[in-house]
Amino acid sequence: MSTTTTETTQVYRVYIRAMPQAIWDAITKPEWTERYGYPSRAEWDPELRAGATYRAVATEEMRKAGLPEVAVIGEVIEADPPRKLVLTWQAQWEPVEEATRLTYEIEAGEGGVSKLTVIHELAGAPGLARMLSGELESTGAGGGWTQVLSDLKTLLETGNGLYGS
Amino acid sequence: MTDDDRVFKALADPTRRFLLDLLFARDGRTLTELESALAATAHPMTRFGVMKHLRVLEEAGLVVTRRSGREKLHFLNPVPIRLIHDRWIDKYTERRASALTELKRELEGDHEHDDH
Repeated sequence: MSTTTTETTQVYRVYIRAMPQAIWDAITKPEWTERYGYPSRAEWDPELRAGATYRAVATEEMRKAGLPEVAVIGEVIEADPPRKLVLTWQAQWEPVEEATRLTYEIEAGEGGVSKLTVIHELAGAPGLARMLSGELESTGAGGGWTQVLSDLKTLLETGNGLYGS
Repeated sequence: MTDDDRVFKALADPTRRFLLDLLFARDGRTLTELESALAATAHPMTRFGVMKHLRVLEEAGLVVTRRSGREKLHFLNPVPIRLIHDRWIDKYTERRASALTELKRELEGDHEHDDH
């Protein structure tokens, strides 16, 4: 099977009853990122703007599963709060694959419902692509982006994540 | 119509399910690619027909389009299906699972919970 760029890009969209700023905060603020999805702590250095570095700090549970302390590293390419965030995103667990490119787009909509679109360009990271597509959920690797985004939606709309944190 | 209604309606058609399967196998295809993939099946369809089905899928949020140069690419968005799973399917399977747990407990003679 031939592979092209388009075959290695994953696109996800979810509508959330929340303002764009709340969604932006949930994506970028560590106290929020610890509460849904793969609940690692997001750290930006020195602050969230182009050129800043990004780190996702593994939870204790992730470290027990063999992940390094810093699970993901990246660099911000574009930050336009609360509308658009583009960053490189490289998983640090073995085998370490190429850096990927992750884009978040947030658009305000009618009735206080915003649209969040995630575009993850995963060329050079086939293992990560399988994990994020949810294909490996039965092996304990989590449900990937669909799970992260439905958890995020539930957290912002109800105050509690799907798994009660 | 609610979001869930749109998803169920979109999934209620075999051609649309087939289009989703095509995108699941290989994501990010153009209308022309999807049209020719359908033409190779027992149910070929006009370009207009494929467009109509894609629009229903897009309105349900199951397909997201992105521009890449001059092309419009179609991506499968599985999030709405996940939301239905979380909201509906889990609810029923959980109840069944807890009924089984209950039965198992009774059969195994743990009567702690019915001392009333």
